Amino acid sequence: MAEMTYAAAGAAALSETMEADRTVWALGEDLGRGGVFGQYAGLEARFGAERIVSTPISEAAIMGVGVGAAMTGTRPVVEMRFADFALCATDELINQAAKARFMFGGQTRVPLTVRMPVGMWRSSAAQHSQSLEALYTHIPGLVVMMPATPADNHAMLKAAILSDDPVVYLEHKNLWPLSGEVPDDAAPYRIGTAGVARQGSDLTIVTWSATLHDILAAAGRAAQAGVADIEVLDLRTLWPWDKACVLQSVRRTGRLLIAHEAVVVGGFGAEVAATVAEELHSDLKAPVRRIGAPKLPIGYAPTLENEIRLGPDRLDAAIARMMS
Amino acid sequence: MSNRGNLDRNRFLAYHREMLRIRALEETALEGLKQGLVLGAIHPSIGQEAIAAGVAGQLRRDDILLSTHRGHGHTLAKGADPEAMMRELFGRQGGNCGGKGGSMHIADFSVGMLGANGVVGANIVIATGAAHAIRLHGDDRIVACFFGDGAINRGPFLEGLNWAAAFDLPVLFICEDNGFAATTRSADLTAGPGPAARAASFGMDAESIDGNDITIVAETAESLIDRVRRNRKPAFLHARTYRLTGHTGADPATYRPATEVEQAWQNDPIARSRALLVAAGVETEVFDTMERAVAAEMKQVFEAARNAPWPDPAEGLTDVLDARAPEVA
Repeated sequence: MAEMTYAAAGAAALSETMEADRTVWALGEDLGRGGVFGQYAGLEARFGAERIVSTPISEAAIMGVGVGAAMTGTRPVVEMRFADFALCATDELINQAAKARFMFGGQTRVPLTVRMPVGMWRSSAAQHSQSLEALYTHIPGLVVMMPATPADNHAMLKAAILSDDPVVYLEHKNLWPLSGEVPDDAAPYRIGTAGVARQGSDLTIVTWSATLHDILAAAGRAAQAGVADIEVLDLRTLWPWDKACVLQSVRRTGRLLIAHEAVVVGGFGAEVAATVAEELHSDLKAPVRRIGAPKLPIGYAPTLENEIRLGPDRLDAAIARMMS
Repeated sequence: MSNRGNLDRNRFLAYHREMLRIRALEETALEGLKQGLVLGAIHPSIGQEAIAAGVAGQLRRDDILLSTHRGHGHTLAKGADPEAMMRELFGRQGGNCGGKGGSMHIADFSVGMLGANGVVGANIVIATGAAHAIRLHGDDRIVACFFGDGAINRGPFLEGLNWAAAFDLPVLFICEDNGFAATTRSADLTAGPGPAARAASFGMDAESIDGNDITIVAETAESLIDRVRRNRKPAFLHARTYRLTGHTGADPATYRPATEVEQAWQNDPIARSRALLVAAGVETEVFDTMERAVAAEMKQVFEAARNAPWPDPAEGLTDVLDARAPEVA
């Protein structure tokens, strides 16, 4: 067992896979200097500038080079700096990486990991704060993963790099300094599996990424106040998602709330809600509900940013409503 | 440039044959389009064959090639099986991509052909990535990346060329300049002195040539590819040509005067290649035999493709992702 931060756990995962497989390499802006959040700290010194590649500010080329290199016998880890900037590489990800295996009839695989830091993070406003996971869950041919803890960032990033699928790997910027236990001998993460973060019997809350921690705090308050005994599921992989885990839990609790930082309209919570409504209608004791951001650009001032956030008051109210 | 009196007849007969095969494959595909056998859009390269034959003729089998939506010629010249290509165009079993791609996504990884592309200019950064992987592997392969004059106004052109030059990558970029960006004259919408000047601004060797002269294409490509392979740096070939058909097989190209097209036919690269070979002493009978063999090959290709079965619908569910969530009980 080692105590490490979410950022260091990502670096350890990359470092271990690079150690084991010479074809693993990383490319992105400022990686030689450790990356914009320090999540690549020390890696250039260890592996050299040929495998920890600092690139021009050319998002389309960073992603496109990743695609071409993935089809030519390597396992690139592409760093997009901010998920918002990955939109400059939309063709390379959505039309190329996601489609190549299928449209070439299985002649190739695209073992590409695309790291995109997401989420609100101290007054970074509309172009450096978005959670855009739903965009990628809509695209056939992409895996979408969102780790919430240091242990998961370690195990899930290793699984992403070792996968032959193109993986959109969304790390939350607020979690970089989060410290936690990362087991040395953890079982490999199986892509597509959710985690039960808290067991409970009255209400299932499905969440992912940094929102997990807000939900765990809210579940603690609800237990203390005698409002509800909440089961918290961390979806971890959004595509393919662990329907079996969610259905099994909601069948037992009869209530489902989905909580995410992203805009609620067209968010991935809608897919989870629709599936549960279709599959478990007669088991439900309350309507399935979603909670997330209003459909607004993210403001700069803290008072504006807080309008978007899922603060404790909104969460407590949503839980109370589920139980009323 | 070339010493035409001493034309290497066998070498240039091989290129001539490749150009005839490309022309015949595309004429066969156009016949298939007319008969409703080719299902989607096809973009013929009729009139541009010297560039495909002349460049691919200098590549090794293990070199990598990336192409465009107008990619039949590059694919065939790199060594792909024409029957598999025609099956793909007809959307049948046994196509290169099992009927999943069609003309615009034709690929044959077994000969290093990493795909045509439905998006103009998108292959430039992918080719650069293939070259970056070669650099990491440390072998002596190179990448040839074809695109048209329309592609040089897209962002990935700038990003890819800069990257290839900044990282010293072994790529030959080939701009096939047929004068049209889809159905608009590219000169009307392209600023500055042209593709080679743009490439030279990145510090790479860039040559601008008559792309309808097979000797010039082959010899310039040979020299540039030799430099790319030895120096491990990118180079750029701007080959001027003319698209004798419309943008697609269904485009009558009424936006250009008939006289312009008639004149362009006088500059047909296959006719020019034949004239050079005749001047070098190749007899009519050699061409007749070659043309008959190519026609027979493409007739067989057409029949085989027409008679091939459709893909099993279940195939449409494969080749997407390995990842699977746990089964729902």
